[in-house]
Amino acid sequence: MGIQGLERIVMEHPFFAGLDEGLRALVSGCASNARFEPDQYLLREGEPADQFYLLRQGRVALGIRAPARGELVFQTVAEGDVVGVSWLIPPYRWASDARALDVVHAIAIDAACLRRKCEEDHDFGYAMMQCFLPTLIQRLHAARLQILDVYGTPA
Amino acid sequence: MTPPRRPKPTVLTTEGLQALIDALRNHGFRVVGPTVRDEAIVYDDVTSLADLPRGWTDEQDGGRYRLVRRADDALFGHAVGPHSWKKFLHPPVQRLWRAERDGDGVRIEPEPVSTERFALLGVRACELKAIAIQDRVLLGDAYADAHYGARRRGAFVVAVNCGVAGGTCFCVSMDAGPRADDGFDLSLTELMDDAGHRFLVEVGSDEGREMLAGLPQRPADPPDLAEADAVVARTAASMGREMRTDDIHELLMGNLEHSRWDDVAARCLSCGNCTMVCPTCFCTSVEESSDLTGDQTSRSRRWDSCFTMDFSYIHGGSVRSSARSRYRQWMTHKLATWVDQFGSSGCVGCGRCITWCPVGIDITEEVREIRGGESA
Amino acid sequence: MVPRVVRVSRRAPDAPQVWTLELETEAPELDAFAPGQFNMLTVFGVGEVPISVSGNPAAPERLAHTIRAVGPVSTALVGLKPGDPLGLRGPFGRGWPMDAAEGRDLVIVAGGLGLAPLRPVLYQVVAQRARFGRLVLLYGTRSPDDILFRSEIEGWRSRLDLDIDITVDHASPSWRGHVGVVTKLIAGAAFDMSRTVAFVCGPEVMMRFAVAALRDAGVADGAIHLSMERNMKCAVGFCGHCQLGPAFVCRDGPVFRYDQVRDLFGVKEL
Repeated sequence: MGIQGLERIVMEHPFFAGLDEGLRALVSGCASNARFEPDQYLLREGEPADQFYLLRQGRVALGIRAPARGELVFQTVAEGDVVGVSWLIPPYRWASDARALDVVHAIAIDAACLRRKCEEDHDFGYAMMQCFLPTLIQRLHAARLQILDVYGTPA
Repeated sequence: MTPPRRPKPTVLTTEGLQALIDALRNHGFRVVGPTVRDEAIVYDDVTSLADLPRGWTDEQDGGRYRLVRRADDALFGHAVGPHSWKKFLHPPVQRLWRAERDGDGVRIEPEPVSTERFALLGVRACELKAIAIQDRVLLGDAYADAHYGARRRGAFVVAVNCGVAGGTCFCVSMDAGPRADDGFDLSLTELMDDAGHRFLVEVGSDEGREMLAGLPQRPADPPDLAEADAVVARTAASMGREMRTDDIHELLMGNLEHSRWDDVAARCLSCGNCTMVCPTCFCTSVEESSDLTGDQTSRSRRWDSCFTMDFSYIHGGSVRSSARSRYRQWMTHKLATWVDQFGSSGCVGCGRCITWCPVGIDITEEVREIRGGESA
Repeated sequence: MVPRVVRVSRRAPDAPQVWTLELETEAPELDAFAPGQFNMLTVFGVGEVPISVSGNPAAPERLAHTIRAVGPVSTALVGLKPGDPLGLRGPFGRGWPMDAAEGRDLVIVAGGLGLAPLRPVLYQVVAQRARFGRLVLLYGTRSPDDILFRSEIEGWRSRLDLDIDITVDHASPSWRGHVGVVTKLIAGAAFDMSRTVAFVCGPEVMMRFAVAALRDAGVADGAIHLSMERNMKCAVGFCGHCQLGPAFVCRDGPVFRYDQVRDLFGVKEL
């Protein structure tokens, strides 16, 4: 797929809706195409957060492995969502696993490349933060509700 | 109980009043009225004038009730006490049904309605209004309670126009007195001037007229009527409390987070006295009981109070777990949401909740403070 | 105020501590109910509790009630065996406004045991499919073990004319479905919210957030309906226990239009 094809895919992805054309072109410079088979891992806990993904198709399970309990999935995400947010902050290491549940098509973004562009151009950096913050806040809200066990039988 | 055309008022002496009590008893009514017991004036069986609180009056204030001797022999020279007529019409305990195991099934026997007929002697104007309010709540919606209905229809009401206003009374503010206008079979105004100790009698229904018919009485003359009006006017002018009501619904429902609720919560003991003495409070709970074998069970309804911790209990906790929320519920219901539900205020200004609150919380003061203080 | 004596005809487990009892009565003409209504069930000698009817309104002879054992009466109820007698009063309450959903798209958001009072809606919509537009069921629950009415859901899933999305808060190792809060499913449901009616039922916390997500997605306050729950003793607006502001939940609800209770929702401990 040529650079133009990739650019079009990045521009059409709902995650970057509202970003102006020039800034989206900057993102495309760090982007590449990715595909995963079911049960393949997109990221693994503890590994360097080099590359994160914007899902175009298919679902991914985010989870943490525990001895004798296997993988504990705490969230599933699907098209339009981002997989991997720990690249935003040091030590740039993944805090959980991400496993494809179906055939997954995604845009892979080189995290170091994107971080460097944010440093060089603070307007671009601010625009990136505006794209990612809503996802982080929404996930925080959702995680709280899940922890509260609102459906549970009270003691 | 609406009279087509009212007969002219007549006058009974005290002997005539005794004759009225006798006539009611001869007709099979259980006469209940004010009597002194345990240093208060309560409602209980009355067989003669000797049972009435002759020569007694009361001093009432927030958290304070004392009986005090009058200088005269008035039979109704007092304000309301801790009881209200709901103890007879909507009694504290009422069995609803009994069930018995019958082979592998169960047979239910509903509790028959009461056939006891009460003659309520000495019902004040505020109490007439409270009874009308309970009629609306307990009979006036899709569900009409048969037990209350039977007691209510069987009751004979002898109202009394108040000759004295209690220290916590504010019926004038609530448009509930002191003059009894309707809702009674007979209404009495006790007169004690130079013309003697006597009662002006007004008829409010056909039953009232029939009951009065055989009694020794004379027509009322202009001085009688004038003195009766004067008695009521004196009472109206000496209310112990007042409450402005024109804006109450928006005032309370628009101030559900007012700091005053914290203030009252610091004082309220959640004892529920106010709900027990209030003549319009109607909340009940149900209890299931059974014998040791479990073959005979029954369900009863009993008075309940929104101040109890488990009144609002649902799976695991109470919606209103703080005293603040429970006091707010009682007061906003009584003065505001009651209007949404039943078309009138739930409060008749009898002052009982003020008198019988152990810490003297005054509903009129709470409203005033939420509105903005002293001058409001 | 006096119950009829009825019998348990069937008893089946749905989830941990949750059973569905079907009742047979001697006067089936009295059993007809509207989706969203509830009955008061008595265990003689123990007590009485309100339970939503969870069965098919077109088949009231199988009068189903889905019960979670949380207190002495509900625990006694789920312990009853087929043939055992119990007391029944009802049906009571204002149910789901099926007419308001006619011709519109219907989003049903259920949380935990909240699916039970909504199951009659699903039965009715499936039976009268042409009356309604798109039908979507979004169901969130604690874990895969807690999913209710599994076989029915599978049956409905296989139909092409309705969408079902289930999500759990806590996954099990074999679960391959959504994990996360049900509110996320609302945001992700991409269809015309301006012609949508929403029915929401579940724990009050979940309903608050679900309503917020529906409103964010463009559903009007007057098009959102919730089923509220309060302590009930009489079910006829007499005992005073179930009051929510000016409303008696037993009689003015349990289903309320959101714009009518919106202000009450925001007040703590009302």
